[in-house]
Amino acid sequence: MTTLTHSPHAHAPISIGRVMATVMAALVPTTLYGFWLYGWPAILLWSVAMASALLGEAFILRIQGRAVRPALLDGSGALTAWLLALSLPPFAPWWIAVVGALFAVVIAKQVFGGLGQNVFNPAMAARVMLLISFPVEMTLWAAPTPLTAAQAPGFMDALAITFGGGHWDAMASASLLGHVKTEFTRGVDLTHSFTGQFALADAAWGSRTGSLGETAALLILAGGIFLIARRIVTWHAPVAMLLGVAIPALIGHAVNPARFLDVWPHLLSGGVMLGAFFIATDPVTSPNTGAGQFVFGFGCGLLTWVIRSFGGYPEGVAFAVLLMNAAAPVIDRYVKPRIYGRTRKGAALPVKGG
Amino acid sequence: MNLLSRLKLRGGVHPVGRKELSAEAPICALPLPERLFISLQQHIGAPASATVSVGDKVLKGQLIAGSQGMISAPVHAATSGRVVAVGDYPAPHPSGLPVPTITIEADGDDRWLDFDPPADPMALSPEEIATRVGAAGIVGLGGAAFPSAVKLNLSRKSGVTTLIMNGGECEPYLTCDDRLMRDHPGAVIAGILLIQRAVAAPQVLVGIEDNKPEAIAAMRAAAAGTGVQIVPVPSMYPMGSEKQLIQALTGKEIPAGGRAADIGVLVHNVGTAYAVHEALAFGRPLVRRIVTVSGGAVTVPRNLEVLIGTPAQALFDFCGGYKDVPARLVMGGPMMGQEMTNPNVPVIKGTSGVLALTNQEIGRPSPAPCIRCSTCVRACPVGLLPLEMAAHIRIGDLGAAVDLGLKDCIACGSCSYVCPAHIPLVHYFNYAKGDLSAKERAKLKQEATKKLAEARNERMDRIARDRAEAARLRAVKKAAQEAAKKAAAEAKSQATEVAA
Ligand code: SF4
Ligand code: SF4
Repeated sequence: MTTLTHSPHAHAPISIGRVMATVMAALVPTTLYGFWLYGWPAILLWSVAMASALLGEAFILRIQGRAVRPALLDGSGALTAWLLALSLPPFAPWWIAVVGALFAVVIAKQVFGGLGQNVFNPAMAARVMLLISFPVEMTLWAAPTPLTAAQAPGFMDALAITFGGGHWDAMASASLLGHVKTEFTRGVDLTHSFTGQFALADAAWGSRTGSLGETAALLILAGGIFLIARRIVTWHAPVAMLLGVAIPALIGHAVNPARFLDVWPHLLSGGVMLGAFFIATDPVTSPNTGAGQFVFGFGCGLLTWVIRSFGGYPEGVAFAVLLMNAAAPVIDRYVKPRIYGRTRKGAALPVKGG
Repeated sequence: MNLLSRLKLRGGVHPVGRKELSAEAPICALPLPERLFISLQQHIGAPASATVSVGDKVLKGQLIAGSQGMISAPVHAATSGRVVAVGDYPAPHPSGLPVPTITIEADGDDRWLDFDPPADPMALSPEEIATRVGAAGIVGLGGAAFPSAVKLNLSRKSGVTTLIMNGGECEPYLTCDDRLMRDHPGAVIAGILLIQRAVAAPQVLVGIEDNKPEAIAAMRAAAAGTGVQIVPVPSMYPMGSEKQLIQALTGKEIPAGGRAADIGVLVHNVGTAYAVHEALAFGRPLVRRIVTVSGGAVTVPRNLEVLIGTPAQALFDFCGGYKDVPARLVMGGPMMGQEMTNPNVPVIKGTSGVLALTNQEIGRPSPAPCIRCSTCVRACPVGLLPLEMAAHIRIGDLGAAVDLGLKDCIACGSCSYVCPAHIPLVHYFNYAKGDLSAKERAKLKQEATKKLAEARNERMDRIARDRAEAARLRAVKKAAQEAAKKAAAEAKSQATEVAA
């Protein structure tokens, strides 16, 4: 190629760093809420995940002989760790965060060739790995004990919880989906196990048991709308994912309410909201076209519902996303935009006289 | 325009317009420069061939180079003076290679040749209009610089249902068409009516981006009662691209590989209409145009009326020089224009603007890896997958890029403009297209050589065959002659015998 500069001689004020920073900004509300809701242990866990991801990425870039600064400064590693931290049980021990974050940036991202090359969403890959390898730690939930509450763990207690394997009373709590699944396997049907478990207002606002940053549905929604408004992501994948969960949930619950959860607990529990707006919209591992992203998102939602309803795990978002990640290249092959002046099949439009 | 066609438009970007820099000041004429460097290759097609030689005195508007071949345009002296050189001079061309140029030293009188314009240009026949447009050296002034008469003649033959006048001017910074429509709407409309007559188009639509309300109002007033419709179109880049403007105004698409004429549409630029009016009403050939001088580094950005052949530097100097260090000089708009590596390249017929951009304006940090964010896919007005095409070109698989639609790419630059990884996508596409057309040319050449060789072989064969045939014929003839001789001799001897 020549050294001549090519048009355009102007550029939109955007960069990868800015894209990542905007996504992180959109995560701030739900994260701060999670910090408040679960207190110091959550803050410590998030910090440990961030630090391990950045150090791990720097290390592997160095041994690969690649430039460390630009790759770290683009913020993609930090975002991955952030998303992973939000999906962890808030009182999980420090090494869960370390192992997960390192797995995400080293195995799921850099080994594939770095940013843009990974097939699977690194945060979800790490979450699945943790779920399979450490099922106990990954399902040890804590009831919300807001920072301001009297029974909340103090900073020293938090150090003990996160780093010392200390136990805290509130930790016995079960998440809604976990509770339903356990009861169901015990033969208790939903009409009994579910009573009094789900309060729509709590679920929407987020003061309930769950992952660090996944409970505040409304705050996540606000972040998602912000991203769509800033044109960082489009509506296709999120809307489709929510539909993918909602449609089968509506049908299932209508057919057999004792067997299938209703639509609201499905939408507002677990990782669906975070998944729809922040995971299914991951640029790298989702399809390239709006229509393709819609198919992708719908698949994520549908698989989530299937896994939750029929699988062995109470929560299915991470598995669903990984499965659809693997399908993304296929979707891209079949869903392409129509080219100007051509039919969908690529043939030139007919010449209409006069 | 109906809402449906609006919805049909795809992609596009909204670059920072920066038109306010130059849009407000009325057009003013650039003082006569000392020397003009008039390129003979200002248009698409064959270069014009010089009809004057060094030392000749010329008048403004006098023909100095005639058009050559089917697709070409003549070139005229832009001022009165003396021809001081006929030879190569750096041209505003991406290769940076010099092109044949006639240099004229101005005598300062700027005296026009005497013209004898028709009393009523609208009374001329369509053929005559086209002929005069051709003789005036008019080419597409929106930048494409395709000889206008060729377009008029082709379209008259194939039939035009809609004549579209392009007043889109979607490129950032450029305001020359805007200013022209504001300052001379009457002349523009008169030119449009002449073009309409030349192609017998029943419908005329003038598409103007809705960010130019003054131009729309001025044109509406001037068009009242003429049947010419002024249609505001949404401000979006690349609205001024022929394909996109047709789609926005008519909802139709040009079939792939085809031309606008295939769907009964003819598109001309509003600047071209102005030039047509000048040529037909006053007999003046195309020797000057409006040029936007702008960019963050220019002290007083504005629109100038400039003689063709004026060095770009003279335009910047007249606008108060640079107030900031220009990081890049560009001829044309920032989205599709070309870098000027030499500020002395002359203004040509297709020059819509000269820009001096600061580092901050061009803002292109080093490229990062593609994050597959598909921003480029959303931006592409054609419906291509820029990221996939670039990925294939990077590994040298041009065939796959072509399958993805590389040849449909209009090089508008929207994808590069929005890519957060700052990947020079258009650069890849231009490179690949250049490579492909070089290969195609080589293939054509090879085929031509092969054909020549085959023809030669055939000729040799034929000659050999002819020779053999001739020899055979000769042999047959000889045998026949001999047989005849023999027969004659025999007859003779028989006769003698009988006689004996
Ligand atoms: S805009 Fe740039 S980074 Fe995003 S998909 Fe296209 S080429 Fe890749
Ligand atoms: S330059 Fe080509 S690929 Fe890029 S947006 Fe324009 S038409 Fe699409």
